[in-house]
Amino acid sequence: MPLLELICPAGSLPALKAAVDHGADGVYLGLKDNTNARNFAGLNFDEKSLKEGIRYAQGRGRKVLMALNTYPQPATLPRWHKAVDTAAELGVNAIILADPGLMGYALKTHPDLRLHLSVQGSATSYEAVNFYRERFGIQRAVLPRVLSLAQVENVVDNTDVEIELFGFGGLCVMVEGRCLLSSYACGDSPNTFGACSPGHAVRWEQTAKGMETRLNGVLIDRYADHEKAGYPTLCKGRFEVQGETYYALEEPTSLNSLEMLPEMARMGIAAVKIEGRQRSPAYVAQVTRVWRAAIDSVKRAPEQFKALPAWMAELAKVSEGSMNTLGAYYRPWK
Amino acid sequence: MKLPAFPQVFARVIARLPAWPPSVAFAAACNRAAWPTLGELDWSAAHGKRFRVHVKDVGLSMYLSVHESGLRPEKTGPVDVTFTATAEDFARLSLRLEDPDTLFFNRRLLIEGDTDLGLTLKNLLDAVDWDELARRMPLALGWVAQAARQRLLPAPT
Repeated sequence: MPLLELICPAGSLPALKAAVDHGADGVYLGLKDNTNARNFAGLNFDEKSLKEGIRYAQGRGRKVLMALNTYPQPATLPRWHKAVDTAAELGVNAIILADPGLMGYALKTHPDLRLHLSVQGSATSYEAVNFYRERFGIQRAVLPRVLSLAQVENVVDNTDVEIELFGFGGLCVMVEGRCLLSSYACGDSPNTFGACSPGHAVRWEQTAKGMETRLNGVLIDRYADHEKAGYPTLCKGRFEVQGETYYALEEPTSLNSLEMLPEMARMGIAAVKIEGRQRSPAYVAQVTRVWRAAIDSVKRAPEQFKALPAWMAELAKVSEGSMNTLGAYYRPWK
Repeated sequence: MKLPAFPQVFARVIARLPAWPPSVAFAAACNRAAWPTLGELDWSAAHGKRFRVHVKDVGLSMYLSVHESGLRPEKTGPVDVTFTATAEDFARLSLRLEDPDTLFFNRRLLIEGDTDLGLTLKNLLDAVDWDELARRMPLALGWVAQAARQRLLPAPT
């Protein structure tokens, strides 16, 4: 079983090359449609760039994982089936799925294709993970960012399925894969449309009062000139609650679990995932470089591992809201 | 390594100049130097849409649109989307030294208007193979671009 593979995001061919060139063990990517949860205009891969990406990564001994992690609807199901077929034909190393129906199709049609359970599948217990293993033969599960490390360990200890954890990047509110906020505001469910806060619903405007962010016409935040901004999601907006305006749901901040790498190594975490397929090749290069150095360091000498200030500064620089958190991983009372 | 800030006194003068000549010059330079590579991507979602590149410290605005044959300069007037940043940040973005989302979080890049169109343009520019772009530029320009990029890249951690 692998240990701490570094899995990096690729929203484009240059991002894929940046990840590979800076030391990713694998990249994850999606097609240019709503079969994946980063369905943003101009992003992702068509068949030509996918072929070239697979050639580039696999030619250098790295893996390509394809995210097909949205939920097909009856009228458009053939699109998802075709995407699974394309992934199998082009020889990706695994597909990342959330929908059990699609897992069933993949298992029946391409029994040799490796299946990973997406974070969107929202499996937070070993019972859930083992269910997907028994029924669909999944070989890896990406755990939602809602568990403490103690809870993660409980999953790892009770399953044969490889466990992949998010290491760095944007955070969702604590109902990953089941969140309805964007759907409520925009009318498009992230699980079917493939994007939270889709571009068509977002408007930014510099006004005399500051930069305003609107989601489907609703003002969700207004930033003074000196304030850092976050993604235009409802969960990270500021709202007036009982006369006070503040981040009522969640602050704009990024997950950074780098200092927990020794714990993850001890627990036998198979892979660490970097969020950000919507980000540029520059981000992918910066973040991959730091995490490669950190993972190499922890594998060399876990007891001596230290999260270097230069690494942390580099990561803070590219973080949403320029802030980092350990998220749910750090819950000393649990 | 930092690029020098643009002197404010020049910015005030430039802001009074008409936008048409810079838009023409930029479109012509871009079509000559970069379109052979850029044109390989699918820009159809942006065809015919008008956008404005607002270089705020220089006081310069360029009005442009994308077509099958490349960029076209546009007269001033309403646009579908506006990108606002400083000359240095636009330069760093073009050299792929900076991540646009990072600049956005730090309030150094603003996208106003049709966000989907803004994201399309941003994501397509990210999808350009930079080495290929520099290689296919007129020789001297490609060399200067690569040299500038190497010079400004952060040192390994």
